[in-house]
Amino acid sequence: MVFHLDKCIGCHTCSIACKNIWTDRKGAEYQWWNNVETKPGTGYPSKWEDQDIYKGGWRRDDAGRIHLRGAGKAKGLLNIFHNPSLPTVEDYYEPFTYNYLNLIEAPAGDDQPTARPVSLITGEPIDVKMGPNWDDDLSGTPDYARNDPNFAALSPAEREAMFQLERMAFFYLPRICNHCLNPACVASCPSGAIYKRGEDGIVLINQKVCRAWRMCVTACPYKKSYYNWHSGKSEKCILCYPRIEAGYAPACMHSCVGRIRYLGVVLYDADRIQAAASAEPGELVDRQLDILMDPFDDTVIAAATANGIPDSTIKAAQDSPTYKFIKQWRMALPLHPEFRTLPMLWYVPPLLPVMASVTQTDGAQESKLHPVAKTWDDTWLYDTSTEELWGSVEQARMPLAYLASLFSAGDTAAVADRLRKLMAVRIYRRWKTVGDVSEAKMTSTLQAAGLTEQSADDIFYLTALAKFNDRFVVPPAHREQAMEMIEFTGDVKGSTGFGFREQPERGL
Amino acid sequence: MTVPNVFFFAALPYVAMFLFLGGTIQRYRSRGFQVSSLSSQFLEGRALFWGTVPFHFGILVVFLGHLTAFLVPRAVLAWNGDPLRLIILQVTAFSFGLSILIGLVGLMIRRFTNPRVRMVTTRMDVVLEVLLLAQVLLGLWTALHYRWGSSWFAADLSPYLWSILRGEPNIAAVSAMPWPVKLHIIGAFVIFGVFPFTRLVHLLVAPLHYLARPYQRVMWNWDRKAVRNPATPWSRARPRNT
Ligand code: SF4
Ligand code: SF4
Repeated sequence: MVFHLDKCIGCHTCSIACKNIWTDRKGAEYQWWNNVETKPGTGYPSKWEDQDIYKGGWRRDDAGRIHLRGAGKAKGLLNIFHNPSLPTVEDYYEPFTYNYLNLIEAPAGDDQPTARPVSLITGEPIDVKMGPNWDDDLSGTPDYARNDPNFAALSPAEREAMFQLERMAFFYLPRICNHCLNPACVASCPSGAIYKRGEDGIVLINQKVCRAWRMCVTACPYKKSYYNWHSGKSEKCILCYPRIEAGYAPACMHSCVGRIRYLGVVLYDADRIQAAASAEPGELVDRQLDILMDPFDDTVIAAATANGIPDSTIKAAQDSPTYKFIKQWRMALPLHPEFRTLPMLWYVPPLLPVMASVTQTDGAQESKLHPVAKTWDDTWLYDTSTEELWGSVEQARMPLAYLASLFSAGDTAAVADRLRKLMAVRIYRRWKTVGDVSEAKMTSTLQAAGLTEQSADDIFYLTALAKFNDRFVVPPAHREQAMEMIEFTGDVKGSTGFGFREQPERGL
Repeated sequence: MTVPNVFFFAALPYVAMFLFLGGTIQRYRSRGFQVSSLSSQFLEGRALFWGTVPFHFGILVVFLGHLTAFLVPRAVLAWNGDPLRLIILQVTAFSFGLSILIGLVGLMIRRFTNPRVRMVTTRMDVVLEVLLLAQVLLGLWTALHYRWGSSWFAADLSPYLWSILRGEPNIAAVSAMPWPVKLHIIGAFVIFGVFPFTRLVHLLVAPLHYLARPYQRVMWNWDRKAVRNPATPWSRARPRNT
């Protein structure tokens, strides 16, 4: 999966698509398998990135081995009666609705009737203290943005600079379960209810086997496993596997207005997962990239076939948009690789407003405009076609150190590398369509970013023009076998209907 | 040998056993989805700590103590041969008993006063908490008033329990017990009998197998390698996801 952050408009269509399909149920009201956060901000649940609070993910010891930080065999079983790092409902928010009926049924009186918020847990009126997306667009506010755990990576001066009005910037970070290669949720589950599917890598919780030990909620550093307080089971994003098996994109991706989401097959070498997850902090991203395999390589194809990967899946891997962004062009980075779960949701970091700088103009631009065009009296120009490209990456409005804390475990060079590519494609297109950039400048930019005109065209196509079938390359689940992916139909031959039909109502 | 004695000590144990076995199997088969204890830590985390931790560790130790005296009475008697060791054993058992009481009372207060936790409380939870409370109080009372329970349990009650298991209940010893002890024994049978109909079932699915399994789990619902191999009939490549 790849999310292109430059394109996310923060509309939350994805969250609503997911909510309406999967979590519109008692006990799951507070769960947002897909949520979109404003960065800088505290996120959902509040400050989820701070593992000193939540104890999620893996930790590397001095000998280079990795251990679950807040769960695992010893810790998990000792804390099974009370899990000290389990987030509670206050860390998310207490789900609520409004007493709408009062608007209609209130007896006549001097005042307008109101619809008071009532808790969806107790049914009692509550004072809403937090809600879904509470800190949306509140970058710069003291309560939210300033408490962003990523600021630990910034010097106090850099922090203050981010809150100056002229420099203030934010971007959106849509998050779903990363369907990690080294999932902490799977490793932490005492019942063994969570597993990764071999066919498509989707991480699922078997609802029948889950016994409410709640360890996955703690272990997932992204807080993407949620406890359903009504059914007593943990639940998480299922990547709309019923849709994927039918060849559709997941609902959040399908509905994405900004078309920022890409889904495709990436082949990887499972034997090297452990080594990659245990890499030195500075090498995490590169080691993870190493285990992603080139689907055109003959030895890779042969090995995949020998392991029972169908040809259709290999073909999908060759057409995969995600492989291109992640490995071929190296334009994407995983979110918080230092949690060591090897997340497989990669983000193309946001170029804007990162690259924007504010400069004083000489009026040359305005003089080219038609007289009726609206211009402003001041002489500041919001400048994105900077001549001093490399310089402005380092002096970006959104400090590189901040992005590096999110996407590369602090490696600013890795982020700068991705941003330069984004900028190079932009300059290339400017040269091609507007023509106010010199060819020499364009060529040198592309070269410095390690791109060719061909690859810049491809990147532009996949970023801006790509059609549905370019963005989502879902291999057939082989529908003739899809039923067997769920269960063995022979078992229910001769009976009427099959499947799991118990209501989550609890009586005992 | 009066009628109540026969009923409570010769009949009730078998009823309890029947309910336990039949109920557990039936519940697991028909409502396997619900075989767990509905955790409410998500709704309230802090007070839970002060209740659940003393309760669980207390009940683990006390339960294992009873089990030991039942299974290997001679070893317990041998250990109790030395008065110092006897006192250590009794004091330990009593303090863990107190820990159950404190934890249980804490849990009950929390369950009845926290509005959110009340929403996930079923009638059976209340029944069970009252039963457990009575049982713990009776147990502590017994420990205080009828000294050296570990010895007389091992000497008198363990043979009685074994006689039940053998199918020829010998209730002479138990009929002579004072009434708090009798009530404690009856309470044990009742809890045993209602076990499958309460949240206690989570005990049966204690995840000890976690210790033996590798951390990561990958499942192929459809074993394509086996399917491609003409030597394996396709029905052998069964989904392992159960
Ligand atoms: S992001 Fe998803 S797969 Fe990764 S640890 Fe969390 S719940 Fe598991
Ligand atoms: S639907 Fe797409 S553009 Fe809108 S918030 Fe979600 S990811 Fe961003």
